[in-house]
Amino acid sequence: MATTERRWIGKDIPRLEDPKLLAGRATYTDDVKLPGMLHTAVLRSPHPHARIARIDTSRARALPGVFAVATGEDAKEMTNPLPAFCAEPVVQYCLAVDKVRFVGEAVAAVAAVDRYTAEDAVALIDVEYEPLPVITDPFEAMKPGAIKLHDPLPSNLAFEKTLSFGDVAADFAGADRVIRRKLRWHRASAQPLETAGAVCRYDPITQKMDVWSNTNMINYVGWLIANTIKVPAAKLNIYPMYVGGSFGSKHVLGKIIGIASMLAKRSGRPVKFMEDRVDNLIASENLACDRFYDAELAVAKDGVFKSIRVKVVDDYGAYFQFGHGTHGNALAQVTGPYRMGSFEYTVQCVLTNKCQQGVFRGAGSDAGNFCLERLVDAAAQELGIDRVEIRRRNFIAPDRFPFKTPCGNVYDSGNYPAVLDRALEMSGFAELKRMQAEARAQGRYVGIGLATAHQRSVYGPTEFWFWYDSPGLTTAPESVGLSLGPTGEFVVTMFSPFWGNSPETVVAQTVGEEFGIDPSQVTVTYEDSQHALPGAGPGGSRMTVMLTGAVAGAARKLKDKLSRIAAHQFEAAPEDIVFADGGAMVKGSPDKSMSYGDLGLKAYWYKLDLPPGMESGLEARHTYDHPYLTKPSADRKDLGAFYPMMAHGAHVPVVEVEPATGRVRFLRYVAVHDVGTIVNPKSLRGQITGGITQGIGMALYEQSAYDADGQPLTASFMDYLLPTAQEVPRFEIGHVETPSPFTEYGVKGGGEGGRMIAPAAIASAVEDALAPFGVRVDEVPLTPERIVKLVEAARR
Amino acid sequence: MPTTIPIGLNVNGIRHELNVEPRWLLVDVIREQIGLTGTHIGCEHGVCGTCTVLVNGETARSCLMLAATADGAEITTVEGLSTGETLHPLQAAFREAQGLQCGFCTPGMLMVAHELLRENRSPSEQEIRESISANLCRCTGYQGIVDAVGLAASSQASAPAAR
Repeated sequence: MATTERRWIGKDIPRLEDPKLLAGRATYTDDVKLPGMLHTAVLRSPHPHARIARIDTSRARALPGVFAVATGEDAKEMTNPLPAFCAEPVVQYCLAVDKVRFVGEAVAAVAAVDRYTAEDAVALIDVEYEPLPVITDPFEAMKPGAIKLHDPLPSNLAFEKTLSFGDVAADFAGADRVIRRKLRWHRASAQPLETAGAVCRYDPITQKMDVWSNTNMINYVGWLIANTIKVPAAKLNIYPMYVGGSFGSKHVLGKIIGIASMLAKRSGRPVKFMEDRVDNLIASENLACDRFYDAELAVAKDGVFKSIRVKVVDDYGAYFQFGHGTHGNALAQVTGPYRMGSFEYTVQCVLTNKCQQGVFRGAGSDAGNFCLERLVDAAAQELGIDRVEIRRRNFIAPDRFPFKTPCGNVYDSGNYPAVLDRALEMSGFAELKRMQAEARAQGRYVGIGLATAHQRSVYGPTEFWFWYDSPGLTTAPESVGLSLGPTGEFVVTMFSPFWGNSPETVVAQTVGEEFGIDPSQVTVTYEDSQHALPGAGPGGSRMTVMLTGAVAGAARKLKDKLSRIAAHQFEAAPEDIVFADGGAMVKGSPDKSMSYGDLGLKAYWYKLDLPPGMESGLEARHTYDHPYLTKPSADRKDLGAFYPMMAHGAHVPVVEVEPATGRVRFLRYVAVHDVGTIVNPKSLRGQITGGITQGIGMALYEQSAYDADGQPLTASFMDYLLPTAQEVPRFEIGHVETPSPFTEYGVKGGGEGGRMIAPAAIASAVEDALAPFGVRVDEVPLTPERIVKLVEAARR
Repeated sequence: MPTTIPIGLNVNGIRHELNVEPRWLLVDVIREQIGLTGTHIGCEHGVCGTCTVLVNGETARSCLMLAATADGAEITTVEGLSTGETLHPLQAAFREAQGLQCGFCTPGMLMVAHELLRENRSPSEQEIRESISANLCRCTGYQGIVDAVGLAASSQASAPAAR
């Protein structure tokens, strides 16, 4: 693969998206303005758990400028429950029906001439609550007799399952040592700078609902949203918007679209609902997994890993929107880059009085990596083996791919020793250790972190249902339309939105590669959901793989037609036509060539020059299915390949910790990633540095905290701390390219790796820095307070 | 309905006579009444810097300022940086160094960088980091932004005609 000559794939071209974003001319959801449009404000529950005894909206309705007010009673009548990606009977409406279950849950919504008036009206709504006992501790919530959040469930333990693969008992019995750690991964939140929102416009005559929203999966879940808002799926049209960051937090947005759709129906006018930051911090689809791990690694005395047993309690908050999908996700790489014969994974999903979990970059595999890498470091310490060496002893060797893991997931390709070597070389690992020794001699606490971890890519939907006996979805496709116009210009149509990454650049580079033209000449457009081909949209580090695959497929179809047109023109065989330098030619006969302009003109307007029977025009549409997905076995002993495009990375952060204040400062940060063939080094670098920065947030600052009474403590950016330019170092990024055998050009996804690996690496660095105290790091984020407490506890 | 008061704003060189409610934020007037949506709203409590504009040449958070208090002010938004089809050199540097991904924080970052480079023609990396540290970006990890501002500074040094 490495010898393949490529002209555009792998080249550092400027992004096509940038000029309009830089000029302030891209249209984000909040920029949509329709004639007569109203604005929404939402009344949110101050109680973590209460029965709604009475709501009086009369004063709000009477306020001039108010056009509609909706409550849970309206939601029950005008909408169906929100889409939920689980089988358990946990019902959630866009506005709370009868009961509120977390602080911030939407109780009523107002549409008015402007946001100011809508907020005035919200203040005039009178609600009588009957407070109920509050449960915030998942271990208390699980106990028999605890007050239940949802009556149809037997208990607050919404789901419990143990999956076991290989002979776990024998591997543990045969181990020389079992390394055990109890680990804590607190809840963080995606917090894109653009909040979630929607504009809904309803026509009662035709029943058509138009939606402009930054929801990401407009075709994957659009038909489910239609059911929620009670319009026929064919009458719902979702327009793809420019999205100001998602990081997993805008997959569905059923609450937002539900509220705006009701108010649009009620008022007869278009209605916009943009969350404000408080909405987004305490009540969106933003909050991520909140896990308590009890994990064991069985090892031989020479450091060889035998098996891993993971028990995890996950605090889901009040609803079960994405079910245990994030645990299916973690199963894709539960054994990481290491050879192990077996593993066991027990998950307990518990409901408590907090906002429900959504998805955040990493989607549970971030926490899984933290768990595994903490165990690996612990094994190195307990066995007295160097932590680089213990990793080397357990890496799956580069010649063992494709590699089937104990649960049946497949790793397509990899070269983990090469990635580690590159990270050690770039960081000057041996020199770092000397520097650390010198610093320690001066009384400074410098630590060197190491994590060698996976970054599964290209989402496969079986992770949502292999937990159950009955089957579910088996593809997550992506499609494009590709046309060559009569003037020789290429246009690509995408069916999933720009979500803050570089989809336009990726498709243009691919067209450039396939047809030998400059990508800057390619025009890229987006199509709404009523005109779409199948597409799952951004999520699970899939779009670069899926879009290059879809464009390559469409290019083959288009080339097939172009070849036949050119062959007909030159009385040659279609298979002798080649594409390069701005057109098609007969192989070996440069005089027999046609430019793309000539071909376009012929195809559109010179029907009588086309081969007999060929229809006019040059358009190819292609749906690229998940390139390597297999079904779970009926007995679920083999979960099938569900996340096989396995990328990998090694991080070496160097930190200095001040034990007295708990401050952590980065001295260096080296990250080497292998995401297969690189399409655009510049945009990949941005993904990695941005992802690591979110990982720094997870490791040191970010926590969506609640007090014991269920009150959110992080309802503003004064309290929920995102890293700034001052906390983040200059990153040193390296690459290894091990192409995937399963995808076009060998591409793998790289969108989540930074955030998936960094928390594990930084935990390791802080532990190493505080090694003189004998501190053990079992919890993130390592806030200053936690670090000071760790040091104090160790000193006692 | 609440009463309004007349104000005048000069935005990107164009004079606007408006009637605004005294409580309306500058950012809402810029976006809703004047129709310039390049200035984005990130947090509405003055932390993220996304809504930063120039008011009489100084950066200001338009979510913390009432439009009425800006009466008579000269305001520059991101739309005022580029000229016709040509990006401002600072915008071009952001593209070159990939100082953006989703583009949402970008207008605010551009305004802060614009002010920095006016006051300090060759800022160090640390000075750049300090100046942008009151603006949040969730995508880039800041490195591209820091590089972009540095690049703009060096091209500004070699082409002093840049605005």
